Amino acid sequence: MGIWQSLSGPPEYRQLAEKTGFTCEQIGVLHKRFKQLSHNEDTLRREHFNAIHDLGCNPIRVQIIEAFFDRRNLIPPDEGRMEEIHLEDFVVVMSHFKPPPLSMTDEQRDSVRTEKLKFLFNMHDMDNDGTITLEEYRHVVEELLSRSAHISKEAADSIADAAMLEVAAISMGHMEPDEFYEGITFEHFLKLLNSFEIEAKMNVRFLNMNASTVCY
Amino acid sequence: MTFFAQMEPRGPARIWLLGLVLLICFIPGVTVENGDHEHSKPDASGHEHASNITGIPIVSFKWHHVESPYLIALWIIVAFLSKLVIEANHHVTNIIPESALLICFGFILGGIIWGADKVQTFKLTPTVFFFYLLPQIILDAGYFMPNKLFFTNLGTILVYAIIGTCWNAASLGVSLWGCHKGGAMGDLDIGLLQYLLFGSLIAAVDPVAVLAVFEQVHVNEVLFILVFGESLLNDGVTVVLFNVFDAFVSLGGAKINAVEIIKGIISFFVVAFGGSLLGMVFGLLLSLLTRCTKNIQIIEAGFIFVLGYLSYLTAEMLSLSAILSIVFCGVSCQKYINANMDERSVTTVRYAMKVLANGSETIIFVFLGISAVDKTLWVWNTGFVLLTLFFIFVYRIIGVFFLTWIMNKFRLVPLEFIDQIIMSYGGLRGAVAYGLAVMLDENKIKEKNLMVSTTLIVVYFTVILQGVTMKPLVTWLKVKRAAVSELTLIEKVQDKVFDHMLVAIEDISGQIGHNYMRDKWNHFEEKYMSRIFMKPSVRKNRDHVFKVFHKLNLKDAMSYVDEGERRGSLEFIRNESAFVDFKKKYGDNFSEMMPDIMADMADDRGTMSSMGRDPVPSVSLEMHRQSIKGVREAEDINSHHLLQQHLYKGRKQHRHRYSRSHFDVNKDENEVQEIFQRTMRSRLESFKSAKMGVAPPKTISKHQKKDQQQKMSFTKTTDKTKSYHSGDEDFEFSEGDSASGYDTSGDSLPMRVNYRVGAGIENPAFMPDVDTLGPMQIPPWLAATELHSSMVAPSQRAQVRLPWTPSNLRRLAPLRISTRSTDSFMQADVPVTQERDEDELPPPLTPPPPPPPSDRHGGHM
Repeated sequence: MGIWQSLSGPPEYRQLAEKTGFTCEQIGVLHKRFKQLSHNEDTLRREHFNAIHDLGCNPIRVQIIEAFFDRRNLIPPDEGRMEEIHLEDFVVVMSHFKPPPLSMTDEQRDSVRTEKLKFLFNMHDMDNDGTITLEEYRHVVEELLSRSAHISKEAADSIADAAMLEVAAISMGHMEPDEFYEGITFEHFLKLLNSFEIEAKMNVRFLNMNASTVCY
Repeated sequence: MTFFAQMEPRGPARIWLLGLVLLICFIPGVTVENGDHEHSKPDASGHEHASNITGIPIVSFKWHHVESPYLIALWIIVAFLSKLVIEANHHVTNIIPESALLICFGFILGGIIWGADKVQTFKLTPTVFFFYLLPQIILDAGYFMPNKLFFTNLGTILVYAIIGTCWNAASLGVSLWGCHKGGAMGDLDIGLLQYLLFGSLIAAVDPVAVLAVFEQVHVNEVLFILVFGESLLNDGVTVVLFNVFDAFVSLGGAKINAVEIIKGIISFFVVAFGGSLLGMVFGLLLSLLTRCTKNIQIIEAGFIFVLGYLSYLTAEMLSLSAILSIVFCGVSCQKYINANMDERSVTTVRYAMKVLANGSETIIFVFLGISAVDKTLWVWNTGFVLLTLFFIFVYRIIGVFFLTWIMNKFRLVPLEFIDQIIMSYGGLRGAVAYGLAVMLDENKIKEKNLMVSTTLIVVYFTVILQGVTMKPLVTWLKVKRAAVSELTLIEKVQDKVFDHMLVAIEDISGQIGHNYMRDKWNHFEEKYMSRIFMKPSVRKNRDHVFKVFHKLNLKDAMSYVDEGERRGSLEFIRNESAFVDFKKKYGDNFSEMMPDIMADMADDRGTMSSMGRDPVPSVSLEMHRQSIKGVREAEDINSHHLLQQHLYKGRKQHRHRYSRSHFDVNKDENEVQEIFQRTMRSRLESFKSAKMGVAPPKTISKHQKKDQQQKMSFTKTTDKTKSYHSGDEDFEFSEGDSASGYDTSGDSLPMRVNYRVGAGIENPAFMPDVDTLGPMQIPPWLAATELHSSMVAPSQRAQVRLPWTPSNLRRLAPLRISTRSTDSFMQADVPVTQERDEDELPPPLTPPPPPPPSDRHGGHM
C-alpha cells in the first residue's frame, strides 16, 4: 500500500503514518475509535478501556490495558507508566499488531519478530524488571484459566509452575546446585518461543474503512 | 493353464505351505476360477460328487463356499504385505513416496494376473471404491482435522476448492474442446459437454494422494492445511460438478437453457452445503450419543465408525455430497466425542481409524496399479493424453497463482511465492478421479475408455512423477517446514494469551475481525454447545492449557516408565525411595555404613551429590513402628495400591479373563495377595537382617536396599485397590482418597488418574500444599507412599511438587542435567521427599493444616 496514501490526510496523520507504518486511512479509523472511546477528549484513561463492553470477559484484560499505558511500548521506548495516553501513543501501541509486509527479508522478519515478542514480554513483565518471574507468570496463567470456572487457582498455579519448570529446563540447561531460576529474561523468552511463528500470528486486520460504529 | 488349476487337485494341505511368493502367485490362480466359470464349475461339482459317494467326509474342500470373502481377505493381505515390503527399506521410501511405490507394485501384481489370465479380472470398481474404501479415509481426515487451523483458513480453502476446481474443470474442458476443434486429436466423438464432464472429473485434487505425499514432506502447517483442505472439499465439489455435467450430457446439448444451468448451479450449492450440514447433524448426534455410553464403553468406539458411515450413506441416498458429509461429521464431532468417551475408547478410535484409513489407502493405490494392466482398457490418443496432462498442469498453476493473488489482498498473512509453487505442484490427482471416470456411461460417452486411460495416466503422472519430485522441490525451494517442536506448556499458554490479546486489540480498535468472530463463537460454543454435547463431568477439564498439562504429564509418566524398563525394571524407582527411607530410618544406627551406601547410590542414580549435602535428621524407629500399627488399616490400601502399580503390573497383564463386554485385566484378589505375601516375606527376611544390626555387605546391592525400603513402606498391606493398569481409574482414585484420612498423600497417589476422571482438578490444588507442609506433618509411611506415587505417576509436572520457593528451586536446580525431562524429574523428586521426611510426626489422624499461602509465594519472586 502506498506512499500516495500516506501523503493524503492531515499532516499529523502523515507524521504518524511515517512513524508507525499505518496508512492515513487506518490512522483515521483509529482516531475515530479513539475519540469514540474517550468521548471526544484528547486523552484516554484506564476507565475508558474498562468501559469497553467486549473487553469485559477477556481474561487478560488488565495486561492488555496496561500495555497501552506502558512507556516501553512506545517509540522510542521509555520507562514507567502513563496515566493517560494520546492518540499518538494509542496508534503506536496498535502498530505492534500490524500485519507484516507482503515480502520480507530475513532480517526484517527477525526484527518484526523481536519487536512483537518484546511487546508480549513487556505485557507479562508487569513490574518492569526485565524478567518474567514465576509470580507474574502464574498470574497470567491463573487469569487465563479463570474463565473456565472449574479449574481452581491451585490448578492454575501448578500449571504455571510446570510451565516455569519447563522454561528453566529449556533456557538454563544445566544449573549449578546453588543457582535458582529467577525468571524469564527476554533472551530466554526469544529462545522459548523460537518455533512460535509470532510474526504470522500476532496480527490484527486494521480496516481502512470505519467499522467502529458496528462494534462496541 | 494356470497355477491354481494345477495345484488344486493336490489338496488343500499344500496351500497352507505356500509362502508369500506363492501366495502372490496363488491369487492369479484363484482368479482363473473366479473369472473362468467353465473351469471352476466342473471342479466344484466334482468335489461335491465325490463327497456324496464316499459318505461322511472327514475333510472336504469347499472353495466356492468361501470364495468371495476369501478373495477379499487375500487381497487385503496382499496389499498389506506389499506395504510391508515397501516400507522395509527406508532408503527407498525416503526418495520415492510410498503411494508411488504401491502403484508400481500394483503394476507388477497386475502383470502377474494378466500373465496368468490374459484378462484383467480385478479392477477397482466405483462401488467398492466409493462405498468401502473411500469413506474411512475421509472420515479419518475429518476426525483428525486440526480444527482451528482449518477454520482459520476456511475462506482461502473454500476459494481454492470451489472456484479453483470450477476453473480447472471449465478451462480444461474448453481448452480440450478447442484443441479438438483445431484438429489436434484426430477423430474423436466428444462434444463440448463431454469435455466439460471429463474436465470436472479430473479437476479435483485428490485427498488420498495429497495426504500420502504431503505427509512425507513436512511443509508448514498453513501450506499443508491449504492443500489438504482444498483436496478434501473439492472432492465434494467435483462430485457435484460431475453429476451436474452428467445430467447435462444425458439431457443433451439442445435442451440446456438458462433455466437448466441455473438449476445446475443451485443444485451445486444445495448438494455441497446440504451434505456438509447433514454431516454436522450426524456429528452432533454422535456427540450426543457418546454422552450416554458410559455403560457400554466397550463398543462406544464403534459408534463413530458406524454413524460416520451412515452419514456418508445418507448423504449418498439424498444425493447430497457424501464426502463433504463425512468430513464434517468428523470435524464436528471430534471435540465432543474425544471429551465424552473414555480415554481408552478414544485411543481405540484413533488407532482403528488409522488402520482403516491407511489400509484402504494402500489397497486403493495397489489397485490403481493393477487396473492399469488391462489391454481392453487402453485407448491411446497422443493428442488427448498429452494435452490433458499439459492443460492440467498449466491451469493448476494459473488458477493457484491467480486466486492467491486475489486472496493475498485479504489474507492477513499472505501466501508466499514459494508456497504458491508448492500448492500448484501439489495438485495430485488420484483415485476419486479414476472412480468417477469408470462410472461414466458408455452409452452416453463413446470415448469412455480413452477418458479412463487418460485419467489413469494423469494419476500416474501426478502421483508418481510429481510425488517423487515433490520432496526435492520442497528442499530446493527452502519451503518453510513444519517446526517439529515438542509440545510445551509455555507455548500453549502463550498461544492462549495470544488469542485473547488479539481479541482485545480488535475490541479496543473497534473492528470486527477473525479473532472477534472466533471469540464470539467460542463463547457461544462454550455456553451452549458443549453444555448439550458434552458430559458435565468432562466439561470442566477440557481447557486447552489444562489438556496440554495433562498430556505432558502422561508423557512424562510414560518416559519415566520407559526409563525404568531400559534399566530392566522399575526397580530403580524403589531403589531411590529405598535410599531415602533407609537413610532416615537407619541414619543414626548405621551411620558408619552410610558412606558406602551413599557411594553405591551415587552410582546408580546420579543424584547423590545433592543428597549428600542435605543432612537428614533421622527418626527413631520405634516411633514408626507404633504409628504404623495405628494406621495400619488405612494405610494398607495405599501401599497396596502402590505395590500393585509397581510390582505386579507386568505379570497381571498377561492374565486376561475372557469377557465380551469387559476388557479388564484380571484382578483376582487372592492371587495378587498371594504374590504379595510371598514377596513380603522375603522382604521381611532381609529387613530383619538389617534390623538385627547385621551389617550389610560393603557394597550393598540395589536389591537389598530396595528390600529394606520396601519393607518399610509396604509391610502392612492388604489388597483392595485395583492395579494401576488394570483399569478403572475412578475406582482407584476414590480408594486412594478414602483410604487416607490424611489428605495429602492420599490425594497425590492417584493424581494422574484424576485429571482424566474429571474429578481431578482438586488435585493439583493440593499439590503445592503438600510441598509446603511436607517438612512437618507427613508421617513417614505416607511420605513413602507419596514418594512412590511421585515416582510412578506423572513426574513433577504432575506432582507439581515445586512451589517455587527459592529453596526448592535451588534444590531442583542442580538436578537439571539435561533438558530431557525424565532425568531431572526423577532426581528432582528425591530431595523434596527427603525434605518432607525430615521431621515426620506420626499422627495419621490429624490432617495437616492448610499451608500458609504466603509460603508458596515467598522468596525470590
